[in-house]
Amino acid sequence: MFDSLKERLEGIFSKLRGKGRLTEEDVNDALREVRRALLEADVNYKIAKDLVERIKERCLGQEVLSSITPAQQVYVVVYEELCNLMGGKKERLNFASKPPSVFMLVGLQGSGKTTTAVKLALKISDSHKPMVVACDLRRPAAVKQLKVLAEKAGIPFFGPDEAGSGDVLGVAKKALRYADDHLIDVVIFDTAGRLHIDEDLMAELEQMHKTLNPHEVLLVIDAMTGQEGVNVAQMFKEKAGITGVILTKLDGDARGGAALAVKAATGVPVKLVGVGEHLEDLEEFDAARMAQRILGMGDMEGLLEKI
Amino acid sequence: LQKSWFGLGSLFSGGKIDESFWETLEEQLLLGDVGVDLTEELIAKLREVAKGSNVRDASELKAKFIDLIVQKLEEIPGMGKPIEVKNKPTLVLIVGVNGSGKTTTAAKLAYKFKQQGYSVLLAAADTYRAAAIDQLKVWGDKIGLRVVAHKVGGDPAAVIYDAIESAIASGRDMVIVDTAGRLHTKHNLMEELRKVKRVIEKRLPDEPSESLLVLDAVMGQNAFYQAEVFNEALKLTGVILAKYDNAAKGGIILAVAQKMSLPIRYVGLGEGIEDLEPFEPRAFVEALLS
Ligand SMILES: Nc1nc2c(ncn2[C@@H]2O[C@H](COP(=O)(O)OP(=O)(O)OP(=O)(O)O)[C@@H](O)[C@H]2O)c(=O)[nH]1
Ligand SMILES: Nc1nc2c(ncn2[C@@H]2O[C@H](COP(=O)(O)OP(=O)(O)OP(=O)(O)O)[C@@H](O)[C@H]2O)c(=O)[nH]1
Ligand SMILES: [Mg+2]
Ligand SMILES: [Mg+2]
Repeated sequence: MFDSLKERLEGIFSKLRGKGRLTEEDVNDALREVRRALLEADVNYKIAKDLVERIKERCLGQEVLSSITPAQQVYVVVYEELCNLMGGKKERLNFASKPPSVFMLVGLQGSGKTTTAVKLALKISDSHKPMVVACDLRRPAAVKQLKVLAEKAGIPFFGPDEAGSGDVLGVAKKALRYADDHLIDVVIFDTAGRLHIDEDLMAELEQMHKTLNPHEVLLVIDAMTGQEGVNVAQMFKEKAGITGVILTKLDGDARGGAALAVKAATGVPVKLVGVGEHLEDLEEFDAARMAQRILGMGDMEGLLEKI
Repeated sequence: LQKSWFGLGSLFSGGKIDESFWETLEEQLLLGDVGVDLTEELIAKLREVAKGSNVRDASELKAKFIDLIVQKLEEIPGMGKPIEVKNKPTLVLIVGVNGSGKTTTAAKLAYKFKQQGYSVLLAAADTYRAAAIDQLKVWGDKIGLRVVAHKVGGDPAAVIYDAIESAIASGRDMVIVDTAGRLHTKHNLMEELRKVKRVIEKRLPDEPSESLLVLDAVMGQNAFYQAEVFNEALKLTGVILAKYDNAAKGGIILAVAQKMSLPIRYVGLGEGIEDLEPFEPRAFVEALLS
């Protein structure tokens, strides 16, 4: 993997040890490494640029603390800025005051929507009676995939009468009626994967949104996503009104900088993270942990205590 | 939905070569997921070219830059080369991380070779993911090809073994194997692939078999590590760039190609069965700079 930012900053500041203030020159050298680390973590170029500017302002002229090294000092500022950007508070799902709550999962092809639909249902099934609905009528065996997973998790499932038949809106409306009749209080819609630049399919989502009036529209995005993540999020926000993000496949070694960029570019918070293929592998999003991951950081807690 | 395979850029459309030109170029490459290291390397090279050849005009430099990258890509053996059906059966193993596009790509390849008159067998070696076998079978039915499959949860190596036996018995030209998605960081799953590879080599010792990694065009820097680890496990014979109909530029494959000397063989350009084309270095580089 990439060298951690910490090691690189230590390298840069090894000459400058001790007193005085951080000079512009020291800070510029350090910020080059910060920028590199952000880009290597797939933080969007433009977001990284803004972020580095802000970090610079905060570092310049700072008094060098005696409790920690200058490298550590810069590194704490970077960390704090990342945490700020991703939002400090825990983001909860928005349930309807009058059931049923309607959730929609949307996103690019293969990002993890179908799996996450069932994971999500399972996660809230302690306190709710959720149902999953198959509204991907395009991809081969997509309906079956959701059905198999739902059965495995013991979650009620609703789909079209026959695979490959019916229209998305028709199925969606029937599903809501079914939910009413069966005391289902959360209805989770799985949708077909689509590209953010595909106008027809994005228009279909707009339609679905109008019909369903969802309480949550969750963008399911792969942690491995690169620079295009920002545009993906912006288009899904514009066309599908996303209210939250679920970041998947964090069980790999991707740094996940796209998550940060998505929040920065759209203001839509990450609410949950997928950490495996099993149906239990869905966790709350933790901004602090994510910041550390993006920067490949070690023990921040210990460092923060010294300040 | 049309991919801008050819959409020439405004960046180089003329004008002076000054610092802001270099900055814009850097931005373009970084936004295209080329990665910091390779971007710096390429820009350093281009600066040399600009100095050495007294090029003054940006569009002239652009042509040189494209040539430079294209030439480097074309030096890699097998770049853009379609799969060759040499022996009977030629085996094609499709691998990659979760959701990258393997199953769809396997079906597209099967269709392509069937169209060319070859007899093809599909093997459903993803016995793990829910409805993965059904997904491949739906494609098989559509194309009119037999799919060799076992039960859910079965041994992938056994499926492949059966498919090879069946292909030999019926004299087929090709076996195309779909495998389960796996993150390259999961050691046991990568070990499973090594085992699959051993089974293939044992049964088809003389045949050249293809191991192709499917990368999603929207992926960023992590794709490089995927390629590294899958290559280490399987000695890949190439990469397929799926979902290139996305607006993402897929620039990380430049690093994959150059640093690992891995050829890019095909690009996926949509969800339809026909949406697969051989990789064209020039078209790719031009799109990257558009
Ligand atoms: N390792 C890992 N794999 C995941 C995770 N979430 C989903 N997957 C896998 O990613 C692949 C794609 O997941 P799906 O749920 O089918 O994705 P999708 O967005 O519904 O795909 P389409 O419907 O084809 O657009 C599957 O192999 C899943 O098992 C995760 O958090 N970690
Ligand atoms: N737009 C577009 N979508 C594609 C392309 N190739 C595959 N897809 C879609 O991407 C999604 C995932 O494709 P799959 O073939 O199921 O991917 P996979 O790698 O087999 O997934 P797992 O088996 O779950 O790991 C599906 O919705 C496909 O329709 C492509 O070239 N362009
Ligand atoms: Mg799905
Ligand atoms: Mg598959």
